[in-house]
Amino acid sequence: MSLFNVLDVAGSGMSAQSLRLNTTASNLANADSVASSVDETYRARHPVFAAQFDSARQDQSAVPVEVKGIVESDKPLIRQYEPEHPMADENGYIYKPNVNVVEEMANMMSASRSYQTNVQIADAAKQMLNKTLNLGK
Amino acid sequence: MAISFDKALGIHQHTVGIRTKRAEVIASNIANADTPHYKARDIDFKAALANAQARQGFAMSRTHERHIDVKLPPTGETGYRVPNQPDTGDGNTVDMQQERNNYLQNAMEHQASLTFLGSKFRGLTSAIKGE
Repeated sequence: MSLFNVLDVAGSGMSAQSLRLNTTASNLANADSVASSVDETYRARHPVFAAQFDSARQDQSAVPVEVKGIVESDKPLIRQYEPEHPMADENGYIYKPNVNVVEEMANMMSASRSYQTNVQIADAAKQMLNKTLNLGK
Repeated sequence: MAISFDKALGIHQHTVGIRTKRAEVIASNIANADTPHYKARDIDFKAALANAQARQGFAMSRTHERHIDVKLPPTGETGYRVPNQPDTGDGNTVDMQQERNNYLQNAMEHQASLTFLGSKFRGLTSAIKGE
């Protein structure tokens, strides 16, 4: 019954989008976490989505989405001269994460909208299934 | 007079299957709306219906129990959508609004097919009962 595959696909979309929402939340939470060296500084992290083409299956109509991994942004960190800061290194510099807050807000909205759409798809599939099961009654 | 269930249900028994398959394809498009390089797909309804009616799709005959059961799905049904934007930056061609409307339309058509099927069944039942 291929309508059950719709539920699988929508579920994969929901988990991928909620993971994206998770990374966005940690990026925003750590947007102001300062550190005293480049290595210790938090870097913005983003998930990598990929379509899950299953070559073992003959019917390729259902393609769930999968999260390949999470990459850390290699944009330059913000280096700021603040000798008074308790976290400052010996030269008086602190390091701030490379999180772009505006970008993350847009990401958050996009992720939550996509999540919502996937929920609606699952709901519509459920109704279609119910109608099919009640056929002939 | 014999009642043939194959003929009694008409075209609707095939359309329901294609509608569910199309729901799968469009749900995949929506799930992959943020996947880089994913290309939106859809089902050619006319070809799919013709295939379903002709019962195409090839299967290898198995002469031994350890042979692998190979069925080739009928080809030419799913195709890629022509994008209405030349470049979105990440090679993804899913238009969320378009897909949502397509999904909704498909769900309605699925329901219509089911209603037709249901009335066919009711007609059969009343013919069998002779009411």
